[in-house]
Amino acid sequence: MLSGSSLFLKGVLLGSIFCVLMTVLGLIRTDYGKRRRHYEHHHLQAPNEDILKLAEDERTNLSKSFRVYCIILVKPKDVRLWAAVKETWAKHCDKAEFFSSENVKVFESVNMGTNDMWLMMRKAYKYAFDKYGDQYNWFFLARPTTFAIIENLKYFLLKKNSSQPFYLGHTEKSGDLEYVRVGGGIVLSIESIKRLNSLPSIPEKCSEKGRKVWDVSEDKQLAVCLKYAGVFAENAEDSKGKDVFNTKSVGIFIKEAMTNHPNQVVEGCCSDMAITFNGLTCNQMYVMMYGVYHLRAFGHVFSDVLVFLPANASDND
Amino acid sequence: MASKSWLNILTFLCGSAVGFVLCSQLLSILLEEQKDIQPSVLHNDPHARHSDDSEQNHLEGQMNFDADASQHKDENTDIAEKLYQKVKILCWVMTGPQNLEKKAKHVKATWAQRCNKVLFMSSEENKDFPAVGLKTREGRDQLYWKTIKAFQYVHDHYLDDADWFMKADDDTYVILDNLRWLLSKYNPEDPIYFGRRFKPYVKQGYMSGGAGYVLSKEALKRFVEAFKTDKCTHSSSIEDLALGRCMEIINVEAGDSRDTTGKETFHPFVPEHHLIKGYLPRTFWYWNYNYYPPVEGPGCCSDLAVSFHYVDPTTMYELEYLVYHLRPYGYLYRYQPALPEKMLKENHTILVKD
Repeated sequence: MLSGSSLFLKGVLLGSIFCVLMTVLGLIRTDYGKRRRHYEHHHLQAPNEDILKLAEDERTNLSKSFRVYCIILVKPKDVRLWAAVKETWAKHCDKAEFFSSENVKVFESVNMGTNDMWLMMRKAYKYAFDKYGDQYNWFFLARPTTFAIIENLKYFLLKKNSSQPFYLGHTEKSGDLEYVRVGGGIVLSIESIKRLNSLPSIPEKCSEKGRKVWDVSEDKQLAVCLKYAGVFAENAEDSKGKDVFNTKSVGIFIKEAMTNHPNQVVEGCCSDMAITFNGLTCNQMYVMMYGVYHLRAFGHVFSDVLVFLPANASDND
Repeated sequence: MASKSWLNILTFLCGSAVGFVLCSQLLSILLEEQKDIQPSVLHNDPHARHSDDSEQNHLEGQMNFDADASQHKDENTDIAEKLYQKVKILCWVMTGPQNLEKKAKHVKATWAQRCNKVLFMSSEENKDFPAVGLKTREGRDQLYWKTIKAFQYVHDHYLDDADWFMKADDDTYVILDNLRWLLSKYNPEDPIYFGRRFKPYVKQGYMSGGAGYVLSKEALKRFVEAFKTDKCTHSSSIEDLALGRCMEIINVEAGDSRDTTGKETFHPFVPEHHLIKGYLPRTFWYWNYNYYPPVEGPGCCSDLAVSFHYVDPTTMYELEYLVYHLRPYGYLYRYQPALPEKMLKENHTILVKD
């Protein structure tokens, strides 16, 4: 009888040891996984003390050191959104150009002469690099359904060296491939564009001729090409881990928050330093312009490191 | 002999199973506790706090400006805090039993917390929300009667607790910081009221009900007095017009609520309706009602807008996000409004810029 109970107790001991071992192993694995994911993400960092001590003109110079060239890919059917983008946020790019599938009478655009989005994208990047590679250090690509706050983009890029290969936005995974969703906007540093354009044309892998029939979206194609050039996608987040590039509109985020966490709708919604929202209507673009560049609460003052002046001859910002 | 060893093995296995299960339960309890530590920003947000005092049927303003420090560490709210102390506003929100959960709840979750005091006025009392019962019926034709009773209630219970008394609907979004900036130039002992000024029917104009209006302490006193002495009538189916007529009778001035560039601050519609040219058709009543020349497009709305109306729950939270959260980093806004003179003289320190 004694031997029976002692055997039982030995069993209990062995069982618990085994359980602890498994749990610890499991924790190590998830921790490692989390650390790996964090390593791949870029976190928005607060400016360090040195930068805060800058004088007014030094801050202005620092602000001017970010030169963002905006590429907006449009098709004739997008003409209303195109107009809205042109009259709203695109004015805050250092330069913005519209790349269209064909010539459209009403608006100035760079004609890419193709209906294929991937080919348009590839050609637009080549055009931008060839013509403006020495004048701009960051290249932001978007569709006309996106609203972007370029000031927040520049703040996000504050401590990032454009001669490094950056490829940023809202990322997703397709199998093994991590790519930036075009809906949230794609940011490339000058180094990334350089590498992209120096790639020789390899059929099947990074095709100049256009997609194959079994359609891979243009944003995935870009990721494949960049990967061959040694450039990898990174998800852009603020210091709290919230995405700053968004593939949805504020309204959608709010509606989801009202369902998922109704007691903390705004707090759980979106970053204070959000750079893009997607899926907006024309009207919503104008509302965002007012909401971002005008509407505010009196008496809330910020000590920002960068300084951006309103655009000349503009009535909505 | 074989059966005995079988029994031994079984005992051992049972023991290890029991040990494993007990241990895993223990560990899972320990680990769950760790996961519960949420980012402090969600719990410390001033919007998430409510008054615990169930005895009271009003909500104290929950303006803990430092609560959200971790998220807004570049933000300096000294001026807003100063104004909160100096320009005391009591808000009362016109609502009803069916709308407490549908609409008033979202008002409570967003802008209402920034009033120095806020009351939700309903036809019947609700201790949980909390909402004041005015003992009226519901319905559009009851609006004026509810308004009179609401102001009377506020006058009888809270006259000394505020300088200004704001009425809003449960589909109005109000930016209290901007209202305080507007009112800081005026004296609450003067008989004056502000809102979106309409011109028909009343010589000095009257204020749109939906866009919200705010009475000075003196205006409130005179308004309540007017019903005791029968200077104003009790019955009307048009709340804002009736109030406007009464205000004129009792010599309460209809103020100009536009900002220093002449842009309107109280809005009878959502931003989209004012910002988009042609949204409101030319035949719409609005174009003939506005006291000052109406503007559509970017000039429609002040940077320091005070209110919007016909705001559905989703838009409440969107406005809250746009006003108090999303901002363009480093942007030098075109409109740089100054503090009123009397505040400048009193406190030099808050204006020291870095």
